[in-house]
Amino acid sequence: MISLAGRDIMHSLGKFVFTGMGLGLLIGITLSMAGIYRGLVDDGKALLENSGADLWVVQRDTLGPYAESSSIYDDVWRSIRGLPGVARAANATYFTMQVRHGERDVRAMVAGITPGAPGTPGWPPYLVAGRQITRGHYEAVADVATGFALGDRLRIRRNLYTVVGLTRRMVSSGGDPIIFIPLKDAQEAQFLKDNDAIRQQRERTAANPAFNRPQVPGLLEAVIASQSTNLYVNAVLVQMKPGYEVEETAQAIRRWKRLTVYTRSQMEEILIGKMIATSARQIFMFLVILSLVSAAIVAFIIYTLTLGKIREIAVLKLIGTKNRTIVGLIMQQAVALGAIGFMVGKITATLVMAPIFPKYVLLQPLDSVIGFGAVMVICMLSSIVSIRAAMKVDPAEAIGG
Amino acid sequence: MNRFPIQRRTLVMLAGFVPLIALFVYVALRSGALAPVPVTVTTVENRPVAPALFGIGTVEARYTYPIGPTYTGRVKRLDVEVGDHVEAGQVLGEMEPIDLDERIRAMEAALKRAAAQIDEARARHGYAQAQARRYQRLLEARTTSEETVTTKKNEFQIAAASLNAAQEESVRVGAELKALIAQRESLVFVAPAAGLVTARHADPGATVVAGQAVVELIDPAQLWINVRFDQINARGLAADLPAHIVLRSQAAESRTGRVLRVEPLADAVTEETLAKAVFDELPQPLPPLGELAEVTVDLPPLAAGPVVPNAAIQRIDGQLGVWRVIDGDLRFTPVTPGVTDLDGHIQVRDGLEVDDEIIVYSAKALHPRSRIRVVQRLTEVKP
Repeated sequence: MISLAGRDIMHSLGKFVFTGMGLGLLIGITLSMAGIYRGLVDDGKALLENSGADLWVVQRDTLGPYAESSSIYDDVWRSIRGLPGVARAANATYFTMQVRHGERDVRAMVAGITPGAPGTPGWPPYLVAGRQITRGHYEAVADVATGFALGDRLRIRRNLYTVVGLTRRMVSSGGDPIIFIPLKDAQEAQFLKDNDAIRQQRERTAANPAFNRPQVPGLLEAVIASQSTNLYVNAVLVQMKPGYEVEETAQAIRRWKRLTVYTRSQMEEILIGKMIATSARQIFMFLVILSLVSAAIVAFIIYTLTLGKIREIAVLKLIGTKNRTIVGLIMQQAVALGAIGFMVGKITATLVMAPIFPKYVLLQPLDSVIGFGAVMVICMLSSIVSIRAAMKVDPAEAIGG
Repeated sequence: MNRFPIQRRTLVMLAGFVPLIALFVYVALRSGALAPVPVTVTTVENRPVAPALFGIGTVEARYTYPIGPTYTGRVKRLDVEVGDHVEAGQVLGEMEPIDLDERIRAMEAALKRAAAQIDEARARHGYAQAQARRYQRLLEARTTSEETVTTKKNEFQIAAASLNAAQEESVRVGAELKALIAQRESLVFVAPAAGLVTARHADPGATVVAGQAVVELIDPAQLWINVRFDQINARGLAADLPAHIVLRSQAAESRTGRVLRVEPLADAVTEETLAKAVFDELPQPLPPLGELAEVTVDLPPLAAGPVVPNAAIQRIDGQLGVWRVIDGDLRFTPVTPGVTDLDGHIQVRDGLEVDDEIIVYSAKALHPRSRIRVVQRLTEVKP
């Protein structure tokens, strides 16, 4: 049997292909938007996965360290380390800033990590090049999204850091790439004022008669020294021993150490539910609107494509073609168009759109499957509408007009 | 009927659609969650590891001499400026004596007066002695009463005691004079050793309290670096280990030195171990005190053993280990890491054999079920 649909497509191949391509671009943008939404949420979760922590201990009554600022003394980890069930506890600092490299500067989150060995909470869990930090000072591991290369010298505040390793998908909840540096440097960088401010602070202190007393030599120096130390970190990351209840340890820290503690699910709630909630909802609304518009456009295209063939359908009816054959013709064309559109869309979304977007685009296979299903359903529904129009056509139209 | 045009069209269609479908299949399988994770692999090497420690310190003087007055007073003069080299015993300046010279003169006069009092007492003593002897002879001739003789003897004893008191008073006044002179001498600042003047805290006319430093000297031939090592990495730190010292102002130049001593007291607040490192040969010109220096201490190299890059070590479910590639399959192998060097090589004590194939870099976190694709270099990394 000759495929009527195939013959018809062959008849106007160019038109068919270009319509498919156009549909494909539209579907591609919709898929990309879904990818942008997924990427946004994935960025929010990336910190949780990458920190390797089971518990986050932060300043009391704050949503730290990511959503709010939090500072606790850097020796708090010792008392937490001693609690039952705690396998590892490590200090961490996080702050977002512009990091300079030559003429260029990059917005990045600088994470201070406790010295130790790979696998310490807060360390990058895997690398794509170079090595992990081995020195206690002036080394950095940067996310590839910063555009830095191995051996680059970065300026963070007044110190220069050598990039010794590169990692991937280490981003803050806002999508800024993370640069890991040793904790002591990070504490200093977070606190350290520029040299002018330090000098002015010294002068201010010296002008204060309470601190600059002639009878007490050395007091001024002692006060200035105490002003220029930073004993704070933003959070203590805790890894649990297997077999212990996370919530029990969290409760013990809350009760006896009088600090606020978040478990992984609570932290996820903070990051996804609070920090990126509005922007995620925004993108999601865009996705919904774009999907609706795309669906409408796909339906119109199928509908007009069929209506354009109304005369041929009338001829078919005139020569006594069965209704089933005509329905098959329209349905097959619609499905073929949808399939081509989806393929072109998936390809453009993956190969063209995702790489050029400045933020992370996560194209999930499940989204693609849902998208494919939606495209097919829309094509069939709209073809049913046009089939109704085709069935109503008067065979006489083929002769008249 | 000529079927050729249809066949040609079919061919055109096939030529268009087959690449499209192929591309689609490629895209569906090679991107997203279904795609294999690009990884790079290496083999476990058998090599010695030269561990080293890295610390940060500041240049300090080994001997510092803060010189100041022992009494509160006013600075009279200062003969040295910051940067001057001084000899041992050199006079650096002086405090205002105020009334000290006058008190010394008064004390000298008091000493002379004491001498005069001794003369007077001696004269009384001589007269009383003579009288006592005369009356004794008169008593023997029975020409005077016994009472008178006793009185004369008593007067003689009193005169002897007075002479003694006058002599001791003279000693006392002499000692006080010496004390004042010593006090006067201590107002002069004298360099206790040859050195370099590093600070001048007061100028002539300024009032300083006892113990406050007016001038500070250091011994420029004895500079060391007060270096701090994080405790977690400080194992093996010991005196006499060779060290490389890089001054912040001369980042390109590494100087040799050695660890002089490891401080018995660690810093409990900063969790650091303190040590002193010295240059083998002092840089000229001298680095300013307080300059930051990076100190790398070479520990004795260890015998050869299985060595992996530290990028390969990961923690999965609380266990440290590496991903091994066995016949194309991934397997997480727990390892016991040993000593590490500063270039990121970790000696593995347990869990791996030499020539095992392990994963170093991966484009994302791996799971036992991850599919992998071995590449030379991950695409995002610039060569």
